[in-house]
Amino acid sequence: MELVKPEFGLIFWMSISFLIVVFLMRKFAWGPILSSLKERETSISDALNAAKKAKEEVANMTAENERILQEARNERDVLLREARETKDQIINESRAKAQVEGDRLITLAREAITNEKMAAITDLKNQVAYLSIEIAEKMIRQKLSNDEQQKALVQEMLKDVKMN
Amino acid sequence: MLKYKRLALLSILTFAMFTLIYSINVAQDSSHNQLPQNEAVSSDGQHHDDVVSATDHAESGAGHAEEKLNAGKIIMEHVADAHGWHLWGHTEIPLPIILYSSDRGMALFSSSRFEHGHKTYNGYMLQGQKVVAVNEMGEMDAHHATVNEEITANIFDISITKNVASIFICCGLMLLIFTNIASAYTRKRKGLAPTGLQNAMEPIIMFVRDDLIKPSIGHKYEKYVPYLLTVFFFIWIANLMGLIPVFPFGANLTGSISVALTLAVFTFVIVTVNANKNYWEHVFMMPGVPKGVLVLLTPIEILGVFLRPFVLMIRLFANITAGHIIALAFFSLIFIFGQNGMGVGLAVSPLTLVFTVFMTVLELLVAFLQAYVFTMLSAVYIGAAIEEHHH
Repeated sequence: MELVKPEFGLIFWMSISFLIVVFLMRKFAWGPILSSLKERETSISDALNAAKKAKEEVANMTAENERILQEARNERDVLLREARETKDQIINESRAKAQVEGDRLITLAREAITNEKMAAITDLKNQVAYLSIEIAEKMIRQKLSNDEQQKALVQEMLKDVKMN
Repeated sequence: MLKYKRLALLSILTFAMFTLIYSINVAQDSSHNQLPQNEAVSSDGQHHDDVVSATDHAESGAGHAEEKLNAGKIIMEHVADAHGWHLWGHTEIPLPIILYSSDRGMALFSSSRFEHGHKTYNGYMLQGQKVVAVNEMGEMDAHHATVNEEITANIFDISITKNVASIFICCGLMLLIFTNIASAYTRKRKGLAPTGLQNAMEPIIMFVRDDLIKPSIGHKYEKYVPYLLTVFFFIWIANLMGLIPVFPFGANLTGSISVALTLAVFTFVIVTVNANKNYWEHVFMMPGVPKGVLVLLTPIEILGVFLRPFVLMIRLFANITAGHIIALAFFSLIFIFGQNGMGVGLAVSPLTLVFTVFMTVLELLVAFLQAYVFTMLSAVYIGAAIEEHHH
């Protein structure tokens, strides 16, 4: 059977060419191809990892942002409340102060009024006394111009005394 | 969807065309082998005086050499190696004949000198496709020459035969394709998404590396990847080349036992050189087996060491050759029937065409499958040889 008989020449050439091809392919084809594939695989897996990390970071950041926002909100609330309290306090304080001041002023005014009144009354009293004395003097002067009249007056005064 | 349908149609048409060329080749071969003289032969306009021998002329001139069509012979000639590359009719590309004999030294000349085995040259002549030494040193009619058996036994025939030329073409094609792809990776399209040929080959390279080599060998696989990838693509490309019936393809390269043998021997050498202590221990002294059984087991294991590459060789050779033989046999049916008249042959041809297309498509699958199997088994054998056992 020619078909199953190995031929020397063919084996010879096949060995030589195959060895050369394996060598050349290894150096110029498989080497670059396999290393590029490996490089790409690692770069893809790196990129995937990086993306995953970035995603986590973004999630973290969102949480952080949320937290900061919440904090800010809380702070704002606190500030507002404090401001309101301060405002109330200030208003109350002012009101109290105004009250006190008002009271003080009113008291002062009242005192002044009383003083003035007293002064006026005293003055009026003095005026009245003076006027009375003057009137009385004039009247007495007039009435005591004759004896009769003096007698009548004394009589009258005595009558009053008796009645009392 | 439409695109794929069109592609499918195109591929079917391509195969039909190829098989048609096959049929024409076989037809012209049958005329070449002096078979029924029909119109196909007389219309063959490729006769050149320098390539057509006198006997051919005599017989075709006589026109009554009604020899029986020998389909087996035609098929075997197609499957076997040759010293010239047959193109069509009587036209063939002569290939260099390189001989070394301890008695006569080196000899290098064109195979056209033999004139299809009808002439002797420089003390040699063709017997079938085998170069033999003759006693007469001058150029003369081969039919009158006497064979010198003594010198013939000592000839080293390293001629560039059809298969050798095919090996060169296959290797050249591989280098061309893969250095091109490699440059796409490293220079032309570095860092870019793969396109074209690079894109087509990348999944196959990845498949061989990740699904064939890695699981079979284990974590120390990287050292063997270049060899196994080369084996895979060599066998695959050679198989596909064998399916294309027109020059410069069509040689039954992987279906040649010598090529299959060489590949198997390479795997055997790699396995043997890289085998560790554990492997040899399992061959010679299977651990955990009683001494008495070892007497029986060790010879079997030693036989197995050689049997594995042998099976690799036989599987590749037999599968590819068988595929070629079946495809050609279906075609020969046309001419076997054609002997009963041209009409019968024509009537049978559509059926055989369908069969042959079917076989060719099947061979397309086998071409991949055999490359896959050879690579995988090589990887498995290497894996078994370097496997570490942690007891």
